[in-house]
Amino acid sequence: MTADPTPAVEIRPASAVEISGVTKVFNPGGTNEVLALDNIDLNVDAGDFVTLIGPSGCGKSTLLRLVAALVDSTSGTVLVNGKTADQARLDRDYSMVFQKAGLFDWRDVSRNIELPLELMGWKAADRRRRSAEMLELVKLVDFAHHHPLELSGGMAQRVAIARAMSFKPALLLMDEPFGALDEMTREHMQNELLRIWSETETTVIFVTHSISEAVFLSTKVVVMSPRPGRIAAVIDNDLGTRDDTARDTPQFFANVSAVRRVLRAGESQ
Amino acid sequence: MKAGVEALNRLRQLLPPILAAAIGFGGWELLLRLTQPDGFVLPAPSKIADAVIENSAAIQTATRVTGFIVVSGLLAGVLFGVAAALLVTAFRTANETLTPLAVAVNAVPIVALAPIFNAWFGLLSPRSNQAVVVALVFFPIFINTSRGLVEVEPSQVELMESYGAPKWRIIREVRIPNAMPYFFTALKLGTSLAVIAAIVAEYFGGRQDALGNIITNSAGLTRYADAWAAVLAGSLLGIALYGLAVLLERLVMPWYFLGRRT
Repeated sequence: MTADPTPAVEIRPASAVEISGVTKVFNPGGTNEVLALDNIDLNVDAGDFVTLIGPSGCGKSTLLRLVAALVDSTSGTVLVNGKTADQARLDRDYSMVFQKAGLFDWRDVSRNIELPLELMGWKAADRRRRSAEMLELVKLVDFAHHHPLELSGGMAQRVAIARAMSFKPALLLMDEPFGALDEMTREHMQNELLRIWSETETTVIFVTHSISEAVFLSTKVVVMSPRPGRIAAVIDNDLGTRDDTARDTPQFFANVSAVRRVLRAGESQ
Repeated sequence: MKAGVEALNRLRQLLPPILAAAIGFGGWELLLRLTQPDGFVLPAPSKIADAVIENSAAIQTATRVTGFIVVSGLLAGVLFGVAAALLVTAFRTANETLTPLAVAVNAVPIVALAPIFNAWFGLLSPRSNQAVVVALVFFPIFINTSRGLVEVEPSQVELMESYGAPKWRIIREVRIPNAMPYFFTALKLGTSLAVIAAIVAEYFGGRQDALGNIITNSAGLTRYADAWAAVLAGSLLGIALYGLAVLLERLVMPWYFLGRRT
């Protein structure tokens, strides 16, 4: 038996997001010109949970918005699922969750979750079924017909996650989604997000300024430094277990210290 | 049981204003009977009530005539105001030309234009009265509604954009629902403005059997009780329209009152 001269096609995880040489200048030519991002390269593999962390002004939210094609880069390329970011947006390859839940007060919980499906032209019965499934995923089955004004902050954010996951996008972009929640709710939401992430195998890019949040959630922590926004380090973060117990492991504390060191170094530059 | 308690609470809420009105009208009646039995300048409530009954046919007709002017003018003003607000929201150039113009025109005392409108539309035509109502209602509707269409939560627009929603869809799903509370505030204001506009415009012309003309004619003939009877009819018209606007508000956006129950 002769060896196959051409090796079998290597099955490696496709890049969910490829950012190369991206620079973003706000108000170019103006007196208030700002170099928000300077020559950023970043790869996010499919299935990764990547957090972007850094002090305010480091461009982490801008970077997330570039991936979402909500802002354009000044130079460089952003590929999402191998397409331009804008094509990926139009193809609905990703979904976004903001710090404010941003639910529509004029729709009940179930119809908020159905919103993206309506925009995609789904039939009512299919929307209803998917919305029920999503309510189960975020454990809010009894709240289908409540209105956003009747929900707590944590519940509203769970509805926002259900809405984002409703069409099962390959990529979830989250901009400080738990930033406005109290510590207890926040930890609970982090546990829930990890569970949803492992159940759905979604790729996540998550912006935060909490070190413990970044270390608890991610497979990869991207530490950014400000003025101009640059990537200071990419830290692989393996805690072994992916649940609440990880918060008390020596590995967790060690990784928190590592991220903090890089953040401090970026500050003192 | 629960319904009974609610009804009782409701009654308790209604009692103070009813009591205040009774004391007010009773005091007015008593004071005038003691000081001014002929009730020449300020007639007692009972005299106004007599005038209403005596002239009930004329007052009913006048309320219908003025009511038509108020309602038609209000509807047209709302229609133009909302259309202009949507226009300036959808097109930037429309916003840059229309909005400053609207603000400038809004500074004109519109009721003062009534005699000029009479010259345009004919002294006895109700068209001139309607025009005053339309012009007066238009501005609060236009300005409030366009504010509601523009001042949306930015992340809600970004969310819609992230779903690849076209601009008209963002207007329909985000901007229009967001503008509803702003619109209804203006509509409620507009109902009283419309009644004022119609009656004041009628002082200067239009049909001779309208409320405004009854007020000026009766006052001119020193028949003050008749004038007051017409004023009363105008107030009831305004209250009825306001109530209708409140009812419509509750029906169109019940969600708005969920977190704000008093």
